Amino acid sequence: MYKLLLCWRYLRTRWIALASVVSVMLGVATMIVVNAVMAGFSHEMQTRIHGILSDLVFESHSLSGFQDPQWHMDEIRRAAGDQIVGMTPTVAVPAMLSFQVRGQWLTRQVMFIGIDETTHAKVSDFGGFLQHPENRRQLSFALRDGGYDTADSQAAASGEQGPKRPALESAGWPHRKMRVAREKLWRERNGSRGDPAGQPTRPLDQQVDAVLAATSVAEDPAAPATGADPAAPATGADPAAPATGADPAAPGTSADPAAPGTSADPARPAGRKDPFQTARPEQAPTMDPATEQFTGIVPGIGLASFRDSDGVDRFLVLPGDDVKVTFPTAGTPPKAVSDTFTIVDFYESKMSEYDSNFVFVPIAALQRMRGMVDPQTGIASVNSIQIRLKPGADLDGVRDRLRKVFPAEMYAISTWRDKQGPLLSAVEMEMAVLNILLFLIVAVAGFGILAIFFMIVVEKTRDIGILKALGASAAGIAGIFLGYGLFLGLVGAGVGLALGLAITWNINQIRAGVEWFTGQRVFDPSIYYFFKIPTIVDPWTVAWIIAGAVGIAVAASVLPALRAARLHPVEALRHD
Amino acid sequence: MTDAPSRPNHDDAILRVIGVRKSYRSGGGLLEVLRGVDFAVDPGGFVAIVGQSGCGKSTLLHLMGLLDAPDSGEVRLNGERIDDLSAARRDRLRNTCIGMVFQSYHLLPELTALENVLAPLMVRHGVLDWLQRRGEARERARMLLDRFGLGGRLHHKPRQLSGGEMQRVAIARALVAEPRVLLADEPTGNLDEASGGGILDALCELNHRDGLSIVLVTHDAAIARRAARVVRLTAGRVADA
Repeated sequence: MYKLLLCWRYLRTRWIALASVVSVMLGVATMIVVNAVMAGFSHEMQTRIHGILSDLVFESHSLSGFQDPQWHMDEIRRAAGDQIVGMTPTVAVPAMLSFQVRGQWLTRQVMFIGIDETTHAKVSDFGGFLQHPENRRQLSFALRDGGYDTADSQAAASGEQGPKRPALESAGWPHRKMRVAREKLWRERNGSRGDPAGQPTRPLDQQVDAVLAATSVAEDPAAPATGADPAAPATGADPAAPATGADPAAPGTSADPAAPGTSADPARPAGRKDPFQTARPEQAPTMDPATEQFTGIVPGIGLASFRDSDGVDRFLVLPGDDVKVTFPTAGTPPKAVSDTFTIVDFYESKMSEYDSNFVFVPIAALQRMRGMVDPQTGIASVNSIQIRLKPGADLDGVRDRLRKVFPAEMYAISTWRDKQGPLLSAVEMEMAVLNILLFLIVAVAGFGILAIFFMIVVEKTRDIGILKALGASAAGIAGIFLGYGLFLGLVGAGVGLALGLAITWNINQIRAGVEWFTGQRVFDPSIYYFFKIPTIVDPWTVAWIIAGAVGIAVAASVLPALRAARLHPVEALRHD
Repeated sequence: MTDAPSRPNHDDAILRVIGVRKSYRSGGGLLEVLRGVDFAVDPGGFVAIVGQSGCGKSTLLHLMGLLDAPDSGEVRLNGERIDDLSAARRDRLRNTCIGMVFQSYHLLPELTALENVLAPLMVRHGVLDWLQRRGEARERARMLLDRFGLGGRLHHKPRQLSGGEMQRVAIARALVAEPRVLLADEPTGNLDEASGGGILDALCELNHRDGLSIVLVTHDAAIARRAARVVRLTAGRVADA
């Protein structure tokens, strides 16, 4: 009993010892914060990586791909069907994306990925990353008539203030019409010379507004059925008439089902009208860009925008703009072909590697353009199959089962973790190194405790003698100091825990405060593409940190406690 | 009450030292402090050990209190040898059978007067045991402190007490465990005459009224005269006075 009482009294009267646990406290707090932030980053990154990648990716080594995806999918299902929720074929090729910004052409290197818009959302979270609410529900490669999010929907869903995107207000058909009208006026003004996308002068803008005002009158929903005749798209002189035909709520009206190219699209379900087929430039040299679109594509938001230091996204192109993509054909050697596409939406996985690299396009169109369709059978090749597994399925197990069935010389089968292996292991490595370093800090704190405990033992030598004279055993005396070390460790770890959690839970406010105070950006959203610092407090990590800190405090008190226990009572009593 | 050392029956002696020798290493040589001391305390006896400073009287007291072990010779409690017991049993004996009072009080500065008095009982009992006996023990400690006129100072820390008060707390602490023998090492050494007299009166009263055996170490012959028997220690040997 005296041990507890004395520990308690020493704890309350010896502030210097508490000073020694400040380092323990700070170490614990730092470890908790660092681990929470690192775990948050790591988790966020994994969700983002996993969001755009399916669980398993089944790829051919060749760019030309493999034939008969249906047969492959059947085989995959036969090998591991019990674990599979969904599959979708894709075609991925390296490509160049070119678009015009203020008169100059920008070219970006991209991965051009053909997807099946009906099934692709089922194998990954791709759908949730789109900017139009309807597209999030069901992706369509038809340009929408406005209604794109002007704020980050993923941020809004988590109750956060994401980056603002006022530019997306007019995206869609309104933007396209405005651009077409502006280009037309520009051409009329400068003859056919000049740069249609160059910076228009102010009076021109006003003229454009006038033209658009006329357009919007004709667009009045009270008169929706006016002359939506797709066979007469050449009425471009009158902007009012064709605008109605472009109503995205009825994409079939602008899409002529009899247009060439439909037959060359075997992957499409029969009878389904395909909005982007109408707009193939080689078939429609006379198309009116104000009412029709080219094949729709969905580039990553990072390709089309950059984030300024205020966290506002500035867009170079918008949904409704046309871009050119150059990509290799199938066959050997591949030839580069170019085509014009219309941006219909952006996706934002918040993983900048993907957001500034991937461009999605309808798989059928890409297969046709690349010549991946067998002219005899009409069956198109693909070069990858994305597989979604049941939640909790053993990723590596299924991968290994598939690897047994499909020869490794022909196919690469990998999990999403394999795909990002170096990145994920780098993060894990970073966490491990940081933890070791921080734990060393706590260990250094342990030496502080050791020194102060020796001091306390010297100071308390007489008390130790007294206790021995009263019959306290050596173990009991040692127990006082071990208990004291335990108490101090608990206090340090406890306060450190509270501090660490307080910092972790308020880290974004703290960041804002520091930024306000110093005027320096601590956490630049344009670098991280996060709108807030993500944190995850893992109870086990916290438990280990606390156990480690308390363990170090106790370990540091072992030597002083042994010394106290070995003191000779007579000498201890004589000590002044 | 005066001297006349009766030949004590060996078995009757509560505490007996036989041929005890003790030397310390000091500087290069060996300093022999006790050179074969024989001496006994009868039950209910009051023995004063006198001698000059450094003659080994404190050492003898420490040997009897099991704080130190003799080089040779025996210490017996009720006829049983106790100096060669295991450390645990010696700790136990110190706690239960021997009460000690020191010149500089040796109270624990972090504890109040009451807690200091309770300390031997806390040492004796584990936490759970203590929680059961706490009320009883407190009552007893309060009674003892009351008896020594400290009823109003139960919750004062030692530094808030005067020297005499501290020594009375120390005596109460020595008594709370109901020891068989009380060993007092210059209990009045740091006190003025009045306070010292009060302490001596208390000791005498304990001896008379409660029949407690007391061994008192002092260099002061006047104080020694209050004891029933005086043992003079010269050059490490007993020279009965």
